[in-house]
Amino acid sequence: MVAVDAPRDRPEGDRLEGDRRHVGRVLCLLLVLLLALVAILSLGHGASGVSAPRVLADWLAGRQIAPTDRIVLVDIRLPRLLTGILVGAGLAVSGAVMQGLFRNPLADPGLLGVSAGASLGAISGIVLGGMLPAAILSFTGWHLVPLAAFGGGWLAMLLLYGISTRRGRTSVATMLLAGIALAAMIGALSGLIVYYANDSQLRDLTFWGLGSLAGASWTKILAAGPLIAAALLAAPFLARGLNGLALGEAAAAHVGIRVQRVKAVAILTAAAATGASVAISGGIGFVGIVVPHLLRLLTGPDHRWLLVNSALLGASVLVCADMVSRTVIAPAELPIGIITAMIGGPFFMWVLLSNRRVIDL
Amino acid sequence: MSVCARDLRLRLGRAPILHGVDLTAQAGRLTAIIGPNGSGKTSLMRVLTGELAPHAGEALLNGAPIARQRPEMLARRRAVLPQQSALSFPFTVAEIVRIGLHSLAAGEAERGALIRAALAQVGLPGHAGRLYQELSGGEQQRVQLARALVQVWHPVGEDGPCWLFLDEPVSSLDIAHQLAVMRLAEDYARRGGGVIAVMHDLNLTAMFADHVLLMKDGRARAEGSPAEVMTDRLLSEAYGCELRVSHTPREGVWLLPQGARLAG
Repeated sequence: MVAVDAPRDRPEGDRLEGDRRHVGRVLCLLLVLLLALVAILSLGHGASGVSAPRVLADWLAGRQIAPTDRIVLVDIRLPRLLTGILVGAGLAVSGAVMQGLFRNPLADPGLLGVSAGASLGAISGIVLGGMLPAAILSFTGWHLVPLAAFGGGWLAMLLLYGISTRRGRTSVATMLLAGIALAAMIGALSGLIVYYANDSQLRDLTFWGLGSLAGASWTKILAAGPLIAAALLAAPFLARGLNGLALGEAAAAHVGIRVQRVKAVAILTAAAATGASVAISGGIGFVGIVVPHLLRLLTGPDHRWLLVNSALLGASVLVCADMVSRTVIAPAELPIGIITAMIGGPFFMWVLLSNRRVIDL
Repeated sequence: MSVCARDLRLRLGRAPILHGVDLTAQAGRLTAIIGPNGSGKTSLMRVLTGELAPHAGEALLNGAPIARQRPEMLARRRAVLPQQSALSFPFTVAEIVRIGLHSLAAGEAERGALIRAALAQVGLPGHAGRLYQELSGGEQQRVQLARALVQVWHPVGEDGPCWLFLDEPVSSLDIAHQLAVMRLAEDYARRGGGVIAVMHDLNLTAMFADHVLLMKDGRARAEGSPAEVMTDRLLSEAYGCELRVSHTPREGVWLLPQGARLAG
């Protein structure tokens, strides 16, 4: 306990000016409500026209539920909703963590090589998967592409981490530059494989790149969910470390932050969440940049609420985008990546333009 | 209790920066490190704060090797005001100062009171809610000083004196605030804490320092009281220009470069 011997000019307990945590707390509550609302809407809306409230009312009243209704809700809409929540929260938190680590509001997990590696993995899975021995194919089944994407993402990240870490110290600047070089090499390799793809594989590749939650299933949730959940649980422990890093690595170390540990955990957290998200939903862009940025405008850059609120808002945003994607041209589906890019692109441009003063310095 | 450097040698890349520097800074005194640009002052500071590991020699804080102290423990014994701080996100002043409380075990009420008291001490009461990036350079430097102050608020802790390391603490300040910050540092030392400051202003050094280390080319050229170290010969030689130390009855020691004209 610390006693302060300086005079106090205000009664104790009075809120300190410039402390925006109460705003973050209130916003957190609102975002929980928003997510609940969006989740209910998402369960209730779909191409089949099954009404979730009616089914719920039937179930509560003890009436028989039609088997088709049950399948639509429990095996189609619910896993899809959960996937949307996991992927949206995972992408948004990874974005916020990366921005804190790189000290740049436009950073994203793509800088870790995860996205490029995952893309190479998915492309290899789609194009070269057929050449694998039958035994392996029957073992992996439909999960070959997600598994290859996840493996590719992690391999790229570990390679980059190894390259930029010398004598137990990771250089964020080296990581940024080496990431560009690595992404170029991975891109070339991906291009080479794409060159040999046939027409139907090309179509699969294109749709994978646009992202979709259409493949959501309980199996995928069980595989990717724990990884994303672990990342979401780890993220709040990074908050104070990332706040300190905003002052620079030296100043962060001076106040007692174990900088290398924060960097390593941040990278692992972002890679786990992004790798798993990309594996089960393909390439969904902009959530990781738009959501944290929007929240920073509202509550400031303090990571103690930023990370939690990013998870909540990211989940809501993706579930909403998914609702649009599966209803706007029903019964067909628009890839969700198109919708996030349609909203995210102009937003990103606005962020750039409104930060021009800082960027031009 | 003291901060000691024993034959510190440091290389950055291949370039040798420090060639065996010795220093003994006592708690309760304000120790100034002076010397021309590139003489190794800041590098010495970075070794003494534990930021850089020397490749030979030893740095001790209150008798214990700095390299072997846990970051949280070290953070409770010494705070550092860096030469410059770039900030990447729009934090408020209160949020910046709060970062200094990272390693402190204290309740929310104490934290708020400490932040307010530190901001008042550096002459920025009522600035808690301002955005850091909207402040002037001098105000930003004082916010950083407040952040360092809350970290080691009590000059004497449970296990010995606490230390303030200030790297050019007055570089962006007007003369009134230069004096205010130096008085604050002096007061910290008078209350039992240790202060080690890299200084460029020799007049302020002469006014406030109890102990001076003069550096040149990565070596300690002289160490001792201001009267011993700040002589015409040593200063002129170290800085490579003619300097004259005047003793005036009212101001005490005063330094002027040869040929300086104040009027006309």
